[in-house]
Amino acid sequence: MAEKTYAGKTVEVTDEGYLVNREDWTAEIAAEIATEAGIELSKKHYEVLEFLRKESAAGTSLSIRKVGKSGIVDIKGLYQLFPGGPLKYSSKFAGIPKPASCV
Amino acid sequence: MKNLVILGAGTAGTMMANKLRRALDRDEWNITIVDQFKTHYYQPGFLFIPFGIYNKEDVIKPKSDFIPSGVNMVYSAIDKVEAEANKVHLEGGKVLNYDYLIIATGTKTYPDETPGLQDKLWYKEIFDFYTVEGAVALRNYFKGWEGGKLVMAITEVPYKCPVAPLEFVFLADAYFTELGIRDKVEISYVTPMSGAFTKPVATKMLSELLEEKNIKVIPDFYIERVDNDAKKLISYDEKEVDFDVLTVVPVNMGDEMIERSGLGDDMNFVPTDKHTLQCNAHENIFVLGDASNIPTSKAGSVAHFAAEILFENLLNAMEGRPMHAKFDGHANCYIETGYGKGALIDFNYDTEPLPGTFPLPGIGPFGLLKNTKINHYGKVMFRWIYWHILLKGKEMPIEPHMTMAGKKKVN
Repeated sequence: MAEKTYAGKTVEVTDEGYLVNREDWTAEIAAEIATEAGIELSKKHYEVLEFLRKESAAGTSLSIRKVGKSGIVDIKGLYQLFPGGPLKYSSKFAGIPKPASCV
Repeated sequence: MKNLVILGAGTAGTMMANKLRRALDRDEWNITIVDQFKTHYYQPGFLFIPFGIYNKEDVIKPKSDFIPSGVNMVYSAIDKVEAEANKVHLEGGKVLNYDYLIIATGTKTYPDETPGLQDKLWYKEIFDFYTVEGAVALRNYFKGWEGGKLVMAITEVPYKCPVAPLEFVFLADAYFTELGIRDKVEISYVTPMSGAFTKPVATKMLSELLEEKNIKVIPDFYIERVDNDAKKLISYDEKEVDFDVLTVVPVNMGDEMIERSGLGDDMNFVPTDKHTLQCNAHENIFVLGDASNIPTSKAGSVAHFAAEILFENLLNAMEGRPMHAKFDGHANCYIETGYGKGALIDFNYDTEPLPGTFPLPGIGPFGLLKNTKINHYGKVMFRWIYWHILLKGKEMPIEPHMTMAGKKKVN
């Protein structure tokens, strides 16, 4: 665990930079975490982040396919928004835990 | 008479039929269990078939051997559940009324969800080992294979038994080494996740196994389609992986019956309270095993631990008492690593796999997150336990809730 300061607020993050407490999240913090990864967040990005936050809060296990079926963006589009690893990056910017398997 | 109906006579449904028939008064409750297939598969054994360790006969028995007397076994496909009317419609028009329903229809593989998977190379150079047919076809292929690029690829999460593809590459390494052709076999592990291991402690303790065994991990690879002519996997972001033989975990979804009944999410898994195991939408429906959407592994051990919780909650619900038993997501999984060794993991919703001993703190005999011979014996013995104790719903000397006793916290 470590602490980082985003948008003037000090927050706890995991070794890989994911927020420890999802309540710490703000749109401004998301923008700064994304900037670190070289991504500038657009309105579409934020729609995806809101979807992920809502599903995650409801206890849903997330998958790329699920986001692709959300009606916000298809899978190709999701890759364009979050190149390289769409779910791991979008989860990081959404302030929810890193997608993980059981081990 | 009141009616309890169980849909699905796999691991979860069969355990519940046995437990509940012993507990419920025969003059008060009819129990009916429905499944379209007559064969029970010991699914953890499928993994061993491609390497000639088990054959088909080792993993199949008639379902009827495990259904107790006093339970009405119906062999039929299910059309749908009409939850508002407390009815199950079977194929052919027969109707079952229920007071309580347990959905245990599991998860299935859908290779047709990935373009090019079930095409001209299917069961010729592309295989799955989540069906007995796929596992046997791969066995026959391996008999004559002289080496090349072996790719183990996961298409989507969640899938049944998350450690099985890891075990597959470990066993493949040992198998081709013993055949003396390991230097001609390139083994890759392709996953949509960020790595073969994703939990911090397990990553620390076990990821060296992959290096040791010279298995190449290709992370963040989300398969869009399979090119049968060029023998390539192609991802959504245009990356490619070449293969000579492809072993795949196809997309997993719940049964189509769930969709027809309007009871599922977008993957046909039933939204279920992760603690009580009650269906979110209907009070008199409970969900056990892989059919639910609870955020833990889709695995037999989970169904087993959850069965004890469901049993308590269902009996209380039937008598109008509050449901006090809460499932914690407990899972306990052997990981075969080849050469007669294995690792073991034990975890729940909140606690990731940690090192230690199991089931007896400080004694074992099994070592958590450790690669040992005794862990392998555990897996070997488990087949006997499965057929003789677990399916019959008998007591096992392991608590349903995960315990921290015997585990070490790691920072």
